[in-house]
Amino acid sequence: MMLKKNQIFKVTGLIISCAVISACDTSFDKPVGDVSYSNGTADFSKFVSIGDSLTAGYADNALYLSGQENSYPAILAQQFAKVGGGSFAQPLVSDNLGGLLIGGNENSEFGNRYVLNAETKSPEPITGTPTTEVTDVLPGPFNNMGVPGAKSFHLLSTDYGDQAGLGAGTANPYFVRFASATNTTMIADAAAQLPSFFVIWVGNNDVLSYATSGGIGTDQRGNINPATYSSSDITDPTAFAGIYTQLVSAFTTANADVKGVLINIPDISTLPYFKTVPYNAVPLDQTNADDLNAAYTAYNKGVTALLAGQPDEVAKRTITFAAGQNAVVISDEDLTDLSGSGLPSMRQATANDLLVLTSSSKIGTPKIENDQTSIWGLGVPLEDADVLIPSEIELINTARLAFNNTIKTTADANDNLLFVDIEAIMAELSTTAGIDYGTGSITAIYATGGGFSLDGVHPTARAYSVIANRIITTINTGFSANIPAVDPGNYTTIFVK
Amino acid sequence: MCISTSAFAGGYRVALQGEQATGMGHAGVAMTESAEVVFFNPASMSLLTEQTHISAGITIIDSKTKYQNTAANVAAETDNPYGTPLYLYYVRKYDERISLGLGVYTPYGNTVEWKKDWPGSHLVNNISLKTIFVQPTISFKANNKLSVGFGPIYVNGSVEFNRNLTTGLTENGNRSNVTVEAKGITDWGMNFGVLFKPAEALAVGINYRSLVNLNANDEKANFENIPDTFKSTYPADTTFDAKLVLPAELTIGISYNLNSSTILAVDINRTYWSEYKSLDLTFANGAESNNLRNYNDVNVYRVGIQHKLSNALTIRGGAYFDSTPISDGYHTPETPRNDSTGLTAGASYKITKQMEVDVSFLYLMFKEFKASYDYIDDNNPATLDTSFKGEYISSVKAIGFGLNYKY
Repeated sequence: MMLKKNQIFKVTGLIISCAVISACDTSFDKPVGDVSYSNGTADFSKFVSIGDSLTAGYADNALYLSGQENSYPAILAQQFAKVGGGSFAQPLVSDNLGGLLIGGNENSEFGNRYVLNAETKSPEPITGTPTTEVTDVLPGPFNNMGVPGAKSFHLLSTDYGDQAGLGAGTANPYFVRFASATNTTMIADAAAQLPSFFVIWVGNNDVLSYATSGGIGTDQRGNINPATYSSSDITDPTAFAGIYTQLVSAFTTANADVKGVLINIPDISTLPYFKTVPYNAVPLDQTNADDLNAAYTAYNKGVTALLAGQPDEVAKRTITFAAGQNAVVISDEDLTDLSGSGLPSMRQATANDLLVLTSSSKIGTPKIENDQTSIWGLGVPLEDADVLIPSEIELINTARLAFNNTIKTTADANDNLLFVDIEAIMAELSTTAGIDYGTGSITAIYATGGGFSLDGVHPTARAYSVIANRIITTINTGFSANIPAVDPGNYTTIFVK
Repeated sequence: MCISTSAFAGGYRVALQGEQATGMGHAGVAMTESAEVVFFNPASMSLLTEQTHISAGITIIDSKTKYQNTAANVAAETDNPYGTPLYLYYVRKYDERISLGLGVYTPYGNTVEWKKDWPGSHLVNNISLKTIFVQPTISFKANNKLSVGFGPIYVNGSVEFNRNLTTGLTENGNRSNVTVEAKGITDWGMNFGVLFKPAEALAVGINYRSLVNLNANDEKANFENIPDTFKSTYPADTTFDAKLVLPAELTIGISYNLNSSTILAVDINRTYWSEYKSLDLTFANGAESNNLRNYNDVNVYRVGIQHKLSNALTIRGGAYFDSTPISDGYHTPETPRNDSTGLTAGASYKITKQMEVDVSFLYLMFKEFKASYDYIDDNNPATLDTSFKGEYISSVKAIGFGLNYKY
C-alpha cells in the first residue's frame, strides 16, 4: 500500500464522521439573507406614498383587502422595516369583495372585484354584499395615500374628500373614506405627516380614463384649468407640470431633508386592456362573408363615388369580408363626414387600432335582439368607445410623453429624488418572455400571464411585488442602501371563481 | 413492507445493495465473497465456498437538498425522512456446477419532501417512490474459468406525488394541488451475469439488469383546492395512467488479488437513463400532464479495496464518481442532484466461523450548482408558468449494517 497507515485512518475517520454526524453538512458559499441590510443615505422612519389606484393596491376592478395588503407601497414598507422603517397605515376596506356602499347602498360604479369563470373564460364580479361603507370615515393619518381614480389635479382639490360632492362627481368615495377633513386635499394629508421618504406615482389617470373609455373624451391641451375638464379628458401637459411641481414641493417644504422616488406613466399599449382583443379575429364562412359583402355594396359604391379624389380613404373605407378571420368594422370619426349622404364614418379595423377589452363581449353579438344583420363589428360598426383609433392613441402618447418628461426632469433636478421608469418595466412585461423575477416569470397576457389582474389595467399582487423590487433596486443604487427584495412567487395572481 | 429511500446523483437509483460492496465504493461485479453476488453478479453464486450463504442488510440514508434564488431572495430545504434500502440474499449449492439463489432488494427509490407551497411547489411538494425487487436466481459453472448466472425479477412499486397545479391558482387562499398515488404496480425484469477467471488472482465480471416499466393504470389521483369553475377540468377523486421507467444497467469490472489479504476492485457501470424521456400522466377525463425529462445514459466509475487485517477483521475503502443523467434545463426539484463523488469505508468482523457482521459508511460530496427546469407543463389552462431555477446543493450520508451467515 502506498498510503501510510495513519493517513488511511485519517481518511477513514473523515468518511465515518461525515457519514454519521453532521460534521460535513453542506451549505452555499453565499447563502441568501446572510448579509447585513442598510438604509444607506435614506431615512425610512416615516414613509408616505401618494397616487392613484396603482398606489392603493387596486386590482381586478376593485379595491379589496388582500389587494391593499399587497400594494406596492405596503410591500416597500414591509422591506423598509428591516432598515429602520416605521409603521405603515393603510385605509383598509372592510372585506375581500371590494365593492363600496354609499349610505348603505351598493353602487354599480364601485362593484365587487372580478374573478375568472374558467367555464366561460370570462371575468365576472364575485358574488356577495360588500361591507365597506364610504361614509364611515376612517381616522388617519394614512401612509398610503393612494386613491383609485385620482388624476394629478385631484391631489390638490379641496372638494375631493367631501362626501357632499359624491353625487356631483367632485368627490371620490375612496378619498371620502379617509380624508382628515371635508376640505382637505390628498397632498395636504400626505405632507402633514412630515414624511422622511415618499413615492409619487400620479398621472396615469390623466391619460388612462380617456384611453379606457375608447377616446370618447377631449384632449384638453392648451386648457390649463382642470376645473373645466370632464372625467374622460386628457389633462393639459402644462397644467400637469405645474401641479407636479406643487406636489413635490409640498413634501420638500414639509421636510427639507426628505428623499423620494418619482414614477412615470406606462404606455397604454402595453396593457392587456388594449392588447387582448384582436382587430381581425371574427371567423366567417363563405356564405356569411357573401351576405355581408352584399350588405356593404351600397356603402362601398357610395364611398367610391363621393371620395373620387381621395383614393387612400376609399381604400381604407372599402369593406370586404372573406371566409376565415376578418377585421371588425369600427366607427372612425376622423373619416370624411358623409352622413349627409347617409354613409356612416366607418371602416374595417387595422393593426393600428386598439380594441378595448370590454369590446370582446360585444363583438359578434347582435345590436338588435335576434337581428342577425345587426351583429356588432360585422353588420354594424363598433362604436367610438370600443376602440382607440391612431389619432386617439397619438393624443394619449403626446400627453403621456410630456408628463413623463416632467417627471424625469423633476427627479433629475434634485439629488434627493430618484426616478423609476415604469414605462420600461411595463414594456418589458409586455414582451413575449415577460419579466423573469427569479423563481418564475410574469407576462402581460390577459388572465394567464400572471402580470395583470382581470381588469386588464391593474397589476396582480405578484406584479406589484415585482414593481416594489424594482423600486428597491433603484433605492439601493441611488441611496447606497441594501434593502432585500421579496419573492414575487409568494404573491397571488388572478382568482378563479 | 415499507422501503423509503432517497435518490443519489443518478436520478432515483439508490446504489446501496450490499454492505461489503458499499464499503468498496459499491464495486462488486467481480467480487465473489458473499451472497451479495445475487445482486451484483449472479454468475458468482457458483463460486461461493460453502453450501449455503445468506446476507442481509439495511442502510440508513440521511439526505438533504438546499435551494436558493438570490434574485428573489428566497431559500428552502428538504426535510426528507431517513431512507432505508435493504436486502436479503440467499444462495444454496445444488451441485458442484449449479447454485440456486433468491434476492430481495430495493435499488430504486426516492423520497423528497419540500416544505408545502415552497417556491418550486408547482413542480413538486413531495414525492415518494418505493420499489422492491424479488429475484430467484440460478448460476452455472461451465468450467473453472467461466460461470454464468440468471434470474427473472419480479418488481413491485409504489409512488406518491404531490405538487401544486401552478404558481398562482388558489381556492380560498389555499393552493390548488394534485396528488397521484399508485400502489402495487408490477412488472418483470431480469438479471444476467458472467464471471470469467483468467487467472487465480483475477476475476472479470459482467452484469446486466434489464429495463423495468412500471405501468400505472386507473390509479388514484386527487385534485384539491380547485375553484368551482375548474372542477370539471381538475376533478377530485379521479384516476390516472402513467408509466414509470426503472432503467437498465450494465456493469463491467474486475477484481484482483494484490496479495493473499488484499483485493482491489474496479467497476464501470452504465445506467440507461435515456429511456426516461417524459413523465406523462393521463387523467380519467382525458386531461394530460406531460413533464419532459430527457435523461441521458450515464457512467459511474467505482473503485474499492479490501484488506484482511486478521482472520476476524476485514476493512474496506472505496470511492466512486456518479454523474447526473439530467441535462441543463431539465433539473426538477424532485431529483435535484448534480454530479457527485462518493467516499466509502467499511469493515466486517467474524463473530463465529459461520457468522460475520458488516458495517459501511458513505459520504457523497456535491458542489453547489445553478439549475433550471425550463419545460413546465403547458397543458395547464390556468396559467403559463415558464421556468423554475435557482441554486442547489445536496448532501447524502449513509451508514449500513449487514449480516452474513454461511454453513
